[in-house]
Amino acid sequence: MIKAILIFNNHGKPRLSKFYEHYNEDTEQQIIRETFHLVSKRDENVCNFLEGGMLIGGSDYKLIYRHYATLYFVFCVDSSESELGILDLIQVFVETLDKCFENVCELDLIFHVDKVHNILAEMVMGGMVLETNMNEIITQVDAQNKMEKSEVSLTLFDIYS
Amino acid sequence: MSDVVEKTLTALPSLLSLDSQPGSTKLSSTSKLGTLIRGITELTSKHEEEKLIQHELTSIKEQVSSPNTSMRQMKELMVRAIYCEMLGYEASFSYIHAIKLAQQGTALEKRVGYLAVSLFLNESHELLLLLVNTVLKDLQSTNLIEVCMALTVVSQMFPKDMIPAILPLVEEKLNHPKEIIRRKAVLALYKFYLIAPNQVQHIHNKFRKALCDKDPGVMTASLHIYLQMIQENPEGYKDLTPSFVTILKQVVGGKLPMDFNYHSVPAPWLQIQLLRILSLLGKNDQSTSEIMYEVLDESLRRAEMNHNITYAILYECVKCIYTIHPKSELLEKAAKCIGNFVLSPKINLKYLGLKALTYVVQQDPKLALQHQMTIIECLDHPDLIIKRETLELLFRITNAQNVTVIVEKIMLLYYLYLVCSCFLVFFPMNHYTYAPDNEWFIETMNTVFSVGGDMMQPDIPNSFLKLLSEGFDSVEEDRKLRLFAVDSYVSLLQGEPGKLPQRFLQVISWVLGEYSYLRKELEAARVLRLLAKLLDMKNTSSETKSWVLMAMTKLCEGRTGLSVAQEVSETYSSSLDTVLRQRAQELQHLSQDWELQARVLPRDAGHEPLEVDSSLSFLDGFVSEALAAGAAPYKPQHQRQEELAQAKALSLEPYGLSLPISMSSCSIADRQSPTLLSISSGLSGDSTELSHKGGSTSLKLDGVKRVWGREGYLAQREPVEESAHVEVPSPLRSPNHQGEADSQTPTPTPTPDPEQEKQQLASSLFVGLSSQSSVCLMGKSEPTPQRFRRKTKGPGSSSAVGEQISNSLVSTPSTVDNLLCNNLLESNITSELDVSSLEQTSQLAHGLTTANGNCDVELTDSDIKGSSPSLNGDNEVVAADPGSHEDPDGPKDLCLSSHLPAELSGLSHSEITPLCSKQSLDLSACHVHKDDFLVLVVFIYNSSDSDIQQILLELDSDELEVSCVCDNRVQEARSHSVAVCQYFLTVKRPSVHFKVVGIVSYQFPVGTPQSVQFSYKLPLTSFIRPLTLTTEEYGTMWLDFSHDTKQNLTLISDGQEPLAATLNMLEKKLQLHVVEVIGMEGIVACQLLQDQPCLMHCRLHAGTLAVWLRSPVPDLPDCLMYHCQRALQEH
Repeated sequence: MIKAILIFNNHGKPRLSKFYEHYNEDTEQQIIRETFHLVSKRDENVCNFLEGGMLIGGSDYKLIYRHYATLYFVFCVDSSESELGILDLIQVFVETLDKCFENVCELDLIFHVDKVHNILAEMVMGGMVLETNMNEIITQVDAQNKMEKSEVSLTLFDIYS
Repeated sequence: MSDVVEKTLTALPSLLSLDSQPGSTKLSSTSKLGTLIRGITELTSKHEEEKLIQHELTSIKEQVSSPNTSMRQMKELMVRAIYCEMLGYEASFSYIHAIKLAQQGTALEKRVGYLAVSLFLNESHELLLLLVNTVLKDLQSTNLIEVCMALTVVSQMFPKDMIPAILPLVEEKLNHPKEIIRRKAVLALYKFYLIAPNQVQHIHNKFRKALCDKDPGVMTASLHIYLQMIQENPEGYKDLTPSFVTILKQVVGGKLPMDFNYHSVPAPWLQIQLLRILSLLGKNDQSTSEIMYEVLDESLRRAEMNHNITYAILYECVKCIYTIHPKSELLEKAAKCIGNFVLSPKINLKYLGLKALTYVVQQDPKLALQHQMTIIECLDHPDLIIKRETLELLFRITNAQNVTVIVEKIMLLYYLYLVCSCFLVFFPMNHYTYAPDNEWFIETMNTVFSVGGDMMQPDIPNSFLKLLSEGFDSVEEDRKLRLFAVDSYVSLLQGEPGKLPQRFLQVISWVLGEYSYLRKELEAARVLRLLAKLLDMKNTSSETKSWVLMAMTKLCEGRTGLSVAQEVSETYSSSLDTVLRQRAQELQHLSQDWELQARVLPRDAGHEPLEVDSSLSFLDGFVSEALAAGAAPYKPQHQRQEELAQAKALSLEPYGLSLPISMSSCSIADRQSPTLLSISSGLSGDSTELSHKGGSTSLKLDGVKRVWGREGYLAQREPVEESAHVEVPSPLRSPNHQGEADSQTPTPTPTPDPEQEKQQLASSLFVGLSSQSSVCLMGKSEPTPQRFRRKTKGPGSSSAVGEQISNSLVSTPSTVDNLLCNNLLESNITSELDVSSLEQTSQLAHGLTTANGNCDVELTDSDIKGSSPSLNGDNEVVAADPGSHEDPDGPKDLCLSSHLPAELSGLSHSEITPLCSKQSLDLSACHVHKDDFLVLVVFIYNSSDSDIQQILLELDSDELEVSCVCDNRVQEARSHSVAVCQYFLTVKRPSVHFKVVGIVSYQFPVGTPQSVQFSYKLPLTSFIRPLTLTTEEYGTMWLDFSHDTKQNLTLISDGQEPLAATLNMLEKKLQLHVVEVIGMEGIVACQLLQDQPCLMHCRLHAGTLAVWLRSPVPDLPDCLMYHCQRALQEH
């Protein structure tokens, strides 16, 4: 299961945080700080896996991260997830963001937190991987965005057919 | 693609300046969020940020509570609140508005509302209750997006207690025509399963349906559930193995639509999930493993090395191959694969390679040998994570010959860990067994303690002390080790003890207290003074102080010692710390009373196992005194409840005078908690002796050792093995290894100096491994020479034997197949998945692209059938018609017993009781007593005119283990006939009554699946069998058992000899075995199936029967006592 998904920039400013397990406010902030602390220290030529964060879970948990320019994408998972699988899932996530925002940048994440969350929700649901196919995710998100334009709630049967 | 992303993200810093760049045009410059963020980016300090956000929050709060704010504005406000929360500022005032937005907004606003709710609240938040209605409404909405949103929020967090309210709606969604909804519903149900497994038990069949869903996405989602359930209970899902194998085969074979490809690998995440499931299913199960060999081979072959994701699949494949029952051909391929990982220049793959090596190295140490040079390189890798993983691997291959080198390496990194402080300090205990000599061992431990210090896990010092006190095989060796420890610690204390960590000081004081007498020339007084010095140090914690005081108590002797002790105890007897005060008092008293000290703290008693007298028999005297003084005797809980129930009825009799009190009889039950230790084994031994030798005609327990429990303790242990000591690794062997190791290094190029160093290191690290390379591939043989060997040996399982056994156990494949084919799901799967591949692909593609395919129509058809009212009506009619049920009851019973299986028909069985009946299906059951087991027989009587198909019976119990008599799975019941199911029952933990709950699901040829729940109750006595023993055997066993209970029961007084009459009655009713009756006493034995003895000792006393029950099984005496009581009352 995925326990948390964090995105922060090179300075440790959180850009998105989604926890699939409950922690209180302070712990969440601490987790973000600790994760940033751990991840930011790592060179480019080391592996993308980290074990043993104290706050989130302990020994069974793993941090799997990718670094894109100014942003760190960190997934915190337990042992039931495949390391490389998650690594590619992050890639899928970023590529999807790139498609949805047409050349995604940090600002997109800042100003459209809700949209990013919605995209994420189509990919990971309650900590479980729901969809790994970029096109599928985009179809779902687009279906919702269409609604935004017309601002009327219509039955989706029309959209799908 | 990733390049593109990186490029755009690199361009980001310039965008951040927020000038007239294309990035800023995208955001609405007028939005409040924009202003907020701009404000934040301009800030320079945390303090300013705080001020700004607080200001922002107040403004949000104002607007949110204003009645004029439209829903649309509210949505914007929520996004701002989300942003503030993300930065760590609480916006709790907005929670209720988020819920309101989710409730009242249009679909889009609702989405933001739901999002805010799922980010703000957690499942235990009280406000969440307000959301339940909204979720209910949205689940029923015709707007698919609303349904999706509701399902998403439900799977993120939902109050556990409210699950029943929405469960039917979510369940219904499993049949939804849209695959995305079905998929989300499956995941939501999985979430329910995780937080409240009991609530979704009844829909396990629907999970199976989801597994067979025509849409691969839904099937993938259902694998989450199966992975979890199989993890919990692999036995229950073995029948699904062929289905999973078929699915994997089709996926690997590229039968899925192209849409599922990721970098031209077919559905990689699905493959990973399936491989994990297979490895769980095939673990320790040869026949199941055999089913999957082929597909594993194919997966390995298909996964060409072209992308990261194929490595992910390969890794899972390798793990699976090493988890399931081994097949040498596959193992070879997997080993090669691991090699690819380890040798890969990509660091991530190297990491996984090391992980895989760590996983397999216990089965195949040769593999580590092959890669030794790589492992050495990894040890010096700049990446800490890689280093750590390498160390893990080294731990696994530690043996007597390489331990020094490995521990040295660990030590080096130990400092590193401390510097990083992000890793748990760990030091696996099994390495003591390989320690080459005393000095090395003690010194190593000293370093560990002083460096690891107080960050160390507390069990390390504990197990170290345990090791010291329990010792090894030879007494002389132990003495030397302890002596060395004492010497080393004394010199440490003479140095600068202030620098040592607290944990280490505690260890030191314990060792000195316990063993300093071994060093003859060392005066106790000197040690005392050293210890007293510790007490005076400022930074000594009070916990350490109490350890020190304890050690001083053990040590104080002689005049000078006494004076030190007195001084110390005076200082601390007025301490504020209670524990310290207690210790000081002990010190004071014991230092003055030599005899008492010798008794309380016997010298060199550390290795004597502390005996826990869990029956608290040393309290017997106290209890009988209390009883004599008029205290009420203790009653076990069930008896109290029973009496309470009886007391509710009006008592018409006059009050009794007082309770009959007998001096010696007392009941002390319910004492499983070994809180009190009986320090001296002699004491409690006496107490039993007394109670046995009541009168002159008392029972003689000849040949019984009076050492309390000691016998039993030793008997359980394996006989101490006199292992032949191989002192030094034979000089012949090590050069041999070196040669072998060298020849196997991958680079035979002329080696420069550092390379040579590495090779030397390699040969010292991997020495001892190659000796096993000649042994079978899988055999995990004992590391050869060990200097220290723990007395208890681990179960040395040889795989060859295991193989033989499992070979003989495996039934022929054909029967397995038959069984599987009969299964309900199997037929489904084959129809869904095993059809010709072409059709399958088209169907899948069909299901995905068009909404109104054939399959959809079929499904809705069956939906309609399911909800058709006519069936329901029928149902009621049958249930309301009492005639059909009443009359056949009597004859049915008779005819049912004739349906008992032939092998059980001669045996005694309980009355056949009806369990439930619904819609012309009647369930009855009885249990059949066999000598060595108990069989529960369930009769399914079909009184309708049509056959009932697909009957599935599932039984479960908290206290019992229910296993199906395997060739006995009922599939259908013909009309007006009886089908029979048999189950073996075994006791997990004793209870007065056992309850088996079950669920039967079935289907008429026309109609929807039905299910009925029922429960069946049976008493403990059904599991009781006589135990034939001699009096001597009885005597030895009696002393070994720790759980007991005593109680006075009424006698049967009608016969001449009340004792014999009572015992005979009990023997008959409860199936006990009377071992011997002598005068006023009798001993009785019985066993709980299988082989869990319970002994009973009865004595006539003042007109009542004093019964004392003992057993090694907790709760058994209490429960049996209850039944004895009942049996005598009923008489």
